[in-house]
Amino acid sequence: MTVAAVEPSVVENLVRRLAGIVGADGLINSQAELLVYECDGYTLEKNRPDVVVFPTATEQVVEIVKLCREMRVPFLPRGSGTSLAGGCLPVGGGVIISLARMKRILEVDLRNRCALVEAGVINMWLTNRIKSEGWHYAPDPSSQGACTIGGNVATNSGGPHTLKYGVTVNHVMGVEIVMPDGAVQTLGGPVEDGPGLDLTGVVVGSEGTFGVVTKAWVRLVRNPESVRTLLGVFESVDDATAAISAIIGAGIVPAALEMLDSLILKAVEEAFSFGFPLDAGAVLIMEVDGLDAGLDEEAARIEKLAKANRAREVRRANTEAERLLLWKCRKQAFGAVGRLAPSYCTQDGVVPRTALPEMLRSITAIGERHKLRIANVFHAGDGNLHPILLFDERDPDQLRRVMEASHEILDECLRLGGSVTGEHGIGVEKIDFMSKLFSPDDLAAMRRVRQAFNPDGLCSPDKMLPTAGACAEAGRHKQVKPGRRAAL
Amino acid sequence: MSAPATRQSLPIASDLGKNIDYELFMDCVHCGLCLGSCPTYVETGNENDSPRGRIYLWRAIADGRAPFSPEAEKHMNGCLECMACETACPSGVQYRHVIHSFKNDQARTRGPAPMLGWLQRAMLFGLTPHRSRMAWALFPVKLMQRIGLGWAVRLSGYLMPGFLRRMQEIVPDLAPYHNLPEFLPAIGPKRATVGLLLGCAADAFHPQINLATARVLQHNGCDVHIPRSQACCGALHKHAGLDDDAARLAAGNCDSFAAVPGGLAGLDAIISNAGGCSPVLKDYGHILEGHDAAGPGAVFGGKVRDIHEFLAELGPVKPRHKVALKATYHDACGLAHAQKIRSAPRQVLAMVDGLSLAPLAENEHCCGAAGSYNITQPEMSAALGQRKSGNIAATGASAALTGNVGCLLQIDRHMRDRSPRVWVGHPVQILDAAYTGEKPFGLDVAIS
Repeated sequence: MTVAAVEPSVVENLVRRLAGIVGADGLINSQAELLVYECDGYTLEKNRPDVVVFPTATEQVVEIVKLCREMRVPFLPRGSGTSLAGGCLPVGGGVIISLARMKRILEVDLRNRCALVEAGVINMWLTNRIKSEGWHYAPDPSSQGACTIGGNVATNSGGPHTLKYGVTVNHVMGVEIVMPDGAVQTLGGPVEDGPGLDLTGVVVGSEGTFGVVTKAWVRLVRNPESVRTLLGVFESVDDATAAISAIIGAGIVPAALEMLDSLILKAVEEAFSFGFPLDAGAVLIMEVDGLDAGLDEEAARIEKLAKANRAREVRRANTEAERLLLWKCRKQAFGAVGRLAPSYCTQDGVVPRTALPEMLRSITAIGERHKLRIANVFHAGDGNLHPILLFDERDPDQLRRVMEASHEILDECLRLGGSVTGEHGIGVEKIDFMSKLFSPDDLAAMRRVRQAFNPDGLCSPDKMLPTAGACAEAGRHKQVKPGRRAAL
Repeated sequence: MSAPATRQSLPIASDLGKNIDYELFMDCVHCGLCLGSCPTYVETGNENDSPRGRIYLWRAIADGRAPFSPEAEKHMNGCLECMACETACPSGVQYRHVIHSFKNDQARTRGPAPMLGWLQRAMLFGLTPHRSRMAWALFPVKLMQRIGLGWAVRLSGYLMPGFLRRMQEIVPDLAPYHNLPEFLPAIGPKRATVGLLLGCAADAFHPQINLATARVLQHNGCDVHIPRSQACCGALHKHAGLDDDAARLAAGNCDSFAAVPGGLAGLDAIISNAGGCSPVLKDYGHILEGHDAAGPGAVFGGKVRDIHEFLAELGPVKPRHKVALKATYHDACGLAHAQKIRSAPRQVLAMVDGLSLAPLAENEHCCGAAGSYNITQPEMSAALGQRKSGNIAATGASAALTGNVGCLLQIDRHMRDRSPRVWVGHPVQILDAAYTGEKPFGLDVAIS
C-alpha cells in the first residue's frame, strides 16, 4: 500500500494518547527533534515522522501498535538507525517506535548456549557481557558497536565472520513479536528445533514489515581455541579471486576471507600504516580458527593454495596486536576512503563465488566506461561485494555517472546469477530491483506471506516489496544523488 | 521531552552555526556508528542526544531548517564533550569543532552556561578557575574535617539548595596543602628539565597529586620548574564557548613559563597531570591564533605532555618499593579519546611491583564529570556517575585510578555512596608511593 501523510488534527490526538501510554518523556514530537529521525544511514531519501515514541516494555509496544491501528496511522520499528538501505525511513510519516530504551540483556545461559535479549540491545554489548567467560555472539557486522540485535533480526545481518559461523538467522532461536494487530506472539524459543513451521526463520530478514520484534533468543558461541590470520599478496585482483575459489573449493571453511584491492590498500596504508605492499594488485585477509591442533596444517594448505594462484607472498600475523591492527584496517577501510576522494558511494551486491573474477573485471570495465575510480573491499568468501565509487559530489556530471555505474554494477550482479544486496537489505533503496530479481508470481507469494502477518499494511509500509501493480514503475523513489555512505 | 507547541523559540540569530567550515558538517555521513559509544545516547536512547543527532541538529539550525528551540539547546548542552564519538567514527568527523561552534554561538547570543543561575555561574567562572580563591573557599570545610566534624559538613549539605549541595558533595577528604617551591631538582642523574602545571580547582581539592607528580618527575631525573604565577588552563572557558577568556589565560600561562630560568626554550616538556586540561593546553597554538602570544602559544602547546605520556617517552625509572594493591583503571576521556593516550598509564603502572590492575567494564565510558558538566547537567552526570561506580565496584578492586582530577572527584563522590572502602586516586600517587615508600593520602596499603 502507498501511504498518505497523517492529518495534523490526527497527530495532535495521537500524541496526547501516546503520552498516556509512555508518559510525556517517552516521546518526541517537536519539529527540531524529529529531524534526525527523517533518515537512517541511507540519506538520499528523507521523510520526517510525526512522532517518535520510546517504549520501555513489550506491553507499551502493544498499546502503541493498537492505538496506531485504531487511528489508521503507519508505524515502524527503529533500532540504532544504521540501515544503509532506508529500512528505517518513515514512509508516509506516522509513528517511529524506537526500541532504544528496551536494552536489557534479560538472561545469559552459557550452559544452554543462549541468551534472551530485548530488541534494543547493541550487538557488541552482548559479546562484551560474555567475553570474559570465553564466549561471543557470532554475527559481527562492522557496525556492531552501534547496531541493535532487533535491527540485525530485521535485516538478517552478516559480517566478516559469517562465512564460517552463518548469518543472523542461524543464531536466532526465537523471537517475541508484537503483531500489527497488537497480539504478542512467541515464535521459537530457547529450546532447539521445535516442531511445526519455522516462523522465526520467516520473521528474520522481513525488515520490520511483519511486526515489531521486542525480544530475541540468540545462540551464543564459544570462542575458538586458536586463530591463524594470513595476509596473501597478489599481483592482480584476478589472481586473488581465483585463490578464493581454490580455497573454498578445497573444502576449507575459513573464519573469514576478505579482499582489498590496490586503491583501498593505498587509503588504508595511509590511515593505519600497517605495512601493506603498495604495488600489490590485491590482498586477501585469510583467517582460520578452531582447535589449535591441526590449525597450522590448515594455514599451510591455504598458503600453498594462495601460492599456486600466483600469490607473491603470504604473511602471518605473528602477534594478537598485529592481528587486531589487520582487522582494524579491514573494518575501518570505509572511513579511510575519505582520503581518496571527497565523496563516495558504496554498493552491496552478491555473485556466486566462482563468478567473482568475471564480476570484478566487469566492475573495472564499468569504471573505465564512466571514467570513475572504483575501489573494492569485500567479504570475498561469500561473494558479497562492496564496490566503492569515488567521486566529487560538487560535479553534477560525476553524480550522474555514479548513479548509472551503480545500476550497471547491480544489473551485472543479477546477470551473473547473484543479488542486489548481501546484507544491507532492500529497504526503500533497492525496492525497484525486486521486480528484476523476482517474477510477478514470486512477488505475489511474498506479498501473501506479508499479508498474513500485516494485513492492513500499516506496519513499515512501502518497504522491501514493491507495491502490487507498480512493480514496473521505474524510479518511484527518484534518487537525486549518490550518498557518501560508510558501508559495512 | 516533548514541549507544548506554544513554547517560544529562542531568539534566532541568522548567523548561528556559521563559525565553522561547512565541510565539517559534510564529513558526517549519518551512518550512526557513533551511537553505541555516546554515553548520553546510551542513557536516553534519543538520537538527539547522540553525536549524529547533535551534528544533524546544529547543521539544520545553521541551514535555517530548524529553529534554535529550547529543545535543541537542551540536547546540544547535554553533550559531555567526551569525544568517544571521535574514537568510534570511521569517517574521521571532527566533532569537537561542531560542538564548539554551538558553544561559541550560545555564549555569544545567550551567555555562557545559560542553564545556570547567576550565583552558580559566578561560582563556576569566578571561583573554580582560581587556585587561591578555591583554597580559601575550602578552608572552613578543611578545618571542620581536621577537628573531626566532617560529618557535620556533609549533614549541613541537606540544608543547602540543590546546586550548592551537589557542589558540597563533591568535596573529598582534603589533604594538608603543600605549597610547592618554584623549583625542585632532579634526584639522581639529570635527564630532563620540565615545567609542571598545577591546575586550578584540582590543586585546591587534591594538592597531594601535584606533590606526587613533582616527586615522580624528580625521581625520573627531572629538574622541575613550578612557576607560581601560572593560572587555570582555560579549558573551562573554552568548553563554555568563552574563547577570549581562554586565550587570556593561555597567554598568561605562556608568560609564566617563559619567565622560568632558561625560558620556554629551556624546557624539554611542560607536564600536566590532568587529562581534562592537557588537550586544551596542547591546543594553545590554535587558541592564541591571531593573538600577540601566538608564537609562544604554539611553542608552549608543542611542549605539553601528559605525565604518563611523558614518562613512557622518557623511559621511566623502575621504582624500588612494592605496593600490594588490587586496583582498576578508568580511562579519562581527555586522555583516551581526546589524546589517544591509553597504554602509557598502564605501562607506567605495570612497573610497580605488587600492583595488579583488574579489567574495568566500560572503561572508556565517561564518568559524568566532564569539566563543569556535573554542575550544568546534574541529572545526567549523576546517572553516569552511578553507572561508573557500579562497574568499579564489580571489579572487586580496592582502589580506582584515573588520570584526571575531575573524574577523580566525580568517581570518589559516587563511590562514597556505592562502596566507601574503595580508594579513588591518581596513578602518580601510586608511583610516588613506589618511589618514596610513603603511603598515599587516605590509602591504607602495605608498602615494602
